[in-house]
This record gives sequence, structure tokens and C-alpha cells, in this order.
Amino acid sequence: MQKPKNIIQKVWQQHVVHQEAGKPDLLYIDLHLVHEVTSPQAFEGLRMNGRKVRRPDLTYATMDHNVSTRDRNVIKDPVSKKQIDTLKENCQEFGVELSDRQHPDNGIVHVIGPELGLTQPGKTIVCGDSHTSTHGAFGALAFGIGTSEVEHVLATQTLWQAPPKTMNVKVNGRLGTGVTAKDLILAIIGKFGVQFGTGYVMEYTGEAIRSLSMEERMTVCNMSIEAGARAGLISPDETTFEYLKGRRHVPKGEAYEEAVAKWQALASDEGAQYDAVVEIEASEVEPQVTWGTNPGMCIPITASVPNPENEEKANKKDEISRALQYMGLEAGQAISSVEIDHVFIGSCTNSRLSDLRKAADVVRGHKVNPKVKAIVVPGSFSVKLAAEKEGIDQIFKEAGFEWREAGCSMCLAMNDDIVPPGGRCASTSNRNFEGRQGNGSRTHLVSPEMAAAAAVAGHFVDVRKFTAQEVL
Amino acid sequence: MEPLRIHTGIVCPLNRSNVDTDQIIPKQFLKRIERSGFGQFLFYHWRFDDEGNLRKDFSMNHPKYQGASILVAGENFGCGSSREHAPWAIQDFGFKVVIAQSYADIFKNNCVKNGILTIVASEEQVQSIMRKAENEEYSLTVNLEDQMVTDNQGLKFTFDIAPYPKEMLLNGWDEIGVTLNYEDKISQYELARK
Ligand code: SF4
Repeated sequence: MQKPKNIIQKVWQQHVVHQEAGKPDLLYIDLHLVHEVTSPQAFEGLRMNGRKVRRPDLTYATMDHNVSTRDRNVIKDPVSKKQIDTLKENCQEFGVELSDRQHPDNGIVHVIGPELGLTQPGKTIVCGDSHTSTHGAFGALAFGIGTSEVEHVLATQTLWQAPPKTMNVKVNGRLGTGVTAKDLILAIIGKFGVQFGTGYVMEYTGEAIRSLSMEERMTVCNMSIEAGARAGLISPDETTFEYLKGRRHVPKGEAYEEAVAKWQALASDEGAQYDAVVEIEASEVEPQVTWGTNPGMCIPITASVPNPENEEKANKKDEISRALQYMGLEAGQAISSVEIDHVFIGSCTNSRLSDLRKAADVVRGHKVNPKVKAIVVPGSFSVKLAAEKEGIDQIFKEAGFEWREAGCSMCLAMNDDIVPPGGRCASTSNRNFEGRQGNGSRTHLVSPEMAAAAAVAGHFVDVRKFTAQEVL
Repeated sequence: MEPLRIHTGIVCPLNRSNVDTDQIIPKQFLKRIERSGFGQFLFYHWRFDDEGNLRKDFSMNHPKYQGASILVAGENFGCGSSREHAPWAIQDFGFKVVIAQSYADIFKNNCVKNGILTIVASEEQVQSIMRKAENEEYSLTVNLEDQMVTDNQGLKFTFDIAPYPKEMLLNGWDEIGVTLNYEDKISQYELARK
């Protein structure tokens, strides 16, 4: 009998083009997603060397980072405009399919890949963007690459990659009510740190993962990179196949049945080995809020921000003090007492239809606190349309949220959606680095439900109690 | 790409861990479509205040680090965004070698592609280099062939590097050029998968 394998090993083996001693493996890439920020220098490199895009049919481009969410047709910043125009010209010149900002398929690259069915189990997927790990939710091996690698994939459809170490991230039991996929991944990073995944590809397993929807699985895999892992994935199952059925790029009819059979075989075998295993109990996870300047600096809503004096190591002490200072927080302060002035619901972590639905459920019948500026930015054009069909936009608008066009927006504030210096934002995005949402801005990462509740209350609240109307 | 064999240069300490690429090169500078000219924006919000003046309290701004070409930092250097603008900025600023306790994977890869050597050193080694560089003008010599770091005060340690990135750096190769020699294999693979 063959030795049991995990999904990472299986997908890897299926994509090795060439192996030789002293070299990484030459790995074939099935899908290359491209956006405007990390691609211009790659196309320029091709041009300078007289090279072509080897497989335009396996390459798909979109524009998302610079797009205005107020009016898709206007980009005020001439430098942003130039980058957008450059992508368009490059796609024309090299024959790459592009959903530009007026296109009905447009949206954040990691939202539209799955929506269009481009993302499928067992594929190797790359993009010049670290949150490419999102696509791992489908059992694809998906990872972020730099611009030189973008150029390499454009020219050769391959990458030199050393086989990764594999890690089983096992989530036992079930998440409690009011506790989301976002809380789970934040709790995992909080528990094991921002670099426990470095050098690994992680597979999320266990009962809690199995019971997540596809959109929730995407939220979890999205933030694998914040744990240091380049990729994180989940073995495909009925939930995966059900999501994919009927999507544009997914095989139809008999071909679909064949594809499902192949996908089923990809799931990790019983007894498969990993280089490392970590475990967490889902039932112990509470709604999370980050207090510091990296995603590992997070605590349950019921807790208080740490005190550097309780740390032994000098550099840990420094790190905490510096983060507290940047964030304008007191050591030992209850996180629920922290008042906010901005709320951002969006980003490739939490801007899909189910995220917006759940946030809207919290907001329904309430008003946004007068001192809070709150915006909702759907992840794609089609998410926006679907939400409007259900009247979700109305719920948000009536509560005092701004309802915007799709894009990356305030996740990294490269367009005109910026948190001002000193501003404090409850954000459903994935990074709370210094200045991420605008120079001097302070970001607290939370789930869509927690962001919605904070928008109403004006400070962080435990959404489990909020829903029960005990807070206001 | 320029080959890198032996390099001697002034050390600049950055005594922090988890330095993310958003800090190395903030987003407002990612809009350029060129590969060059990013050095002036390196660690922008740490080096400059809101008026654009040099911050005196940021260590890197001290005159003794002028012309430094070896950057030393703590754990998990280069985490976060995959932006290659980070190594472009580091290189354009004048750094050829980074020494840290650990790196984020994508950042490390991006460095090799640009001819920057990333060396992993222990916490003690990093802290000792850091202290010397904080106290005086301090230089190190890095020999990639022998995988050795030395100074003129008797410091000497070896470092690990996989054979492939070592070969790429020593020769300054264009990786795409190398891969295109495998064109037959790639085509065969594509045919077999159809
Ligand atoms: S939403 Fe944020 S994290 Fe996601 S791709 Fe856009 S900028 Fe990157």
C-alpha cells in the first residue's frame, strides 16, 4: 500500500516539471492572477528582453488596489491613474484577459477568482500579492510572489520552489455562537505568533474547519500569511464542490463529475504525516480584537491590553511599549473601553456576501454612533449587486453607513479611502501595521459582526451580548 | 544582476523585530511603474516626520551610518505584503547584505532575485553586532563563497545558505534565462497533462 499523503504533498507532486540535486523543484503554475500594483515592472522586464507571456490563457488580470470606491470612472491621483492605464496597455499588448474597473467581473483579485470559478481544488495559483493564500480554501496550493517571480511566471509558467514543510493546524470542536472564522484565525495567530508558519504550508483540519462555509474558509486561509505561512489550505469536500458547481470556469455536466472525482482524491489521506502539528480548541475562542501593530497582538473582547512590565525579555517589553504608544493605548486598559471613530467593512478577508449579511444583521434597526464614520466596501461588483438585491445596502444606509463600490479601499488606503493621522478604525481587513490605513492611523482588526457592533456603540463591544440587546 | 562574492561594508543597526514591508516602503510609493528610485522612500515614516524632516531619534539617521551597506535587524524581518518594492528600496538605498534572526519567506525570495544576500544569525550574534554598530563605526566582511562573516576584532561565524540561491547570487544570474533552458521539459509537462 502507498504511504498516506497530505494534500500539500499530493498537489506538489502533480506539479513538478523537473527535479535535480542541489536545486529547488521546477513547479508548474496553473493560474496566475495579476493586479496593477505588482505587475508593471514585470511586463517591462518582458519587453526589455523581447519575451512573451507563455500562457495568456492561464493568466487573468484585474485592477483593485487603486480603484476609487466612490466613482469607478474617476481616479484623481495621476500616479494611480498611470498604474491603472499601464495594466490595461500591458494586458492588450501581451494578450492577457483583464476585468478593468468598469467590467462586471471586476473586484478584489482574491474575491473574484473563486467567484468566477477560476480557483479550483488541486491547482497551483500565484499572484503578486501575499493574500493569495485565500484560494487555499478550495484545496488549491496558492501563494503570493514578488514582482521578479511574476515576470518569471509570465515568461515560463513555472517557478523554482523548494518543497515546503507541512503543518497540520487542527481545530477541534465547534465555534460558539457569535464567534466567527475571523476570530478563529486571529486567535490562532494570537496563540502561536506571527511567524509560526514561516517555511510551512499549513493545512487547516478538524471539525470546526469542516463545518465552515466556503466564504468562512476563505477568511481563515486569507490570513495564513499573517502567521508567516506562504500558503494555507483546506482539503476539498462537499461544501467545496457545491460552491463550485455551475460557476463560469468550472467544468459542466459529465466533466464536472469527473473533476469532482479527481478533487475528492486530493484530500489528505487518513494517517497522513506532517512536519509539525498545532492544535486549538474552537469552543475556547472568543470574539477577538487586535490591540497592537501586528495581527498576533490580539486579545478576546473580554480582556485587557497587555502591560509591558509583565514581560521578561527586554526586546518584548520594547515591542509592546512601542505598539501601545503608536496605538495610543494604556497598559491594562479594557479593550471594550476603547473608542473608535472609523469603521471599515471590506477587504479580501471579509467583504463577501455572507460577511455583509452578518454585519447587516447586527446593524439592522440601529444607527451608527454620530462620531463614527463607517463605510462598507463590497469585495466585488457581483457581491455588491447581490447584496443590493437582498436590500442589504438599504440596511447599512439607513443606519448611516456609506455604501461603496468594490475595491481594496481602506484595507491599505492606496486610493482615497484613508483613516486620518491619530484616527482609530475597527476594520475587517487583515493587517494592523503602523500606517496601514493611512499615515498615523490606528487599526483594530475584528470580524464583520464586531465591526458592525462597534460602529453602533462607538467603542468595542462583545457582539454576543450586543445581539442580545444588553449593551445599549 | 551584479554578482556578489565578498563584500565589506559599514553596518547599520535596526533593533526591531517583525519589521513589515509596509514600514520598509509605505504604500504611497508603490504607485510608480519603475523598478528604480525607491531608496529615498526607505523606512519613510520612521526616517522622516510629517513635515518631511529627518527624525533625529531614529537610529538609522545618525551620520555614522552614512554609506552603510549591511543592515542588521531582529526576528521575522520583511513580513507582511509581498511587495518587491521593499528589496528594491533596500538595494537602492545602498544595502547589499541583510543580517537578521529570521525572515519572512516572500521577502527572502525577493531579495535573492535582486542580488541581496540575507543572512540568518543567532540572537546573540545579532545583538552583539547591533551593540558594536550602535557604539562605533563598525564594518563587517561577508564572504559568500565560504559562507563566513568576519570583522577586524576577531568576530567570525559561518552561515547557512541553500546551494541554489548561493549560485544565483555568486553569478548574478538572470533566473528567467536559466529557466528557459528547460523549455523542453515545460512543454513535455504541458503535453502530458492535457
Ligand atoms: S483587500 Fe487588502 S489585503 Fe486584500 S488584496 Fe486588497 S490590499 Fe491586499
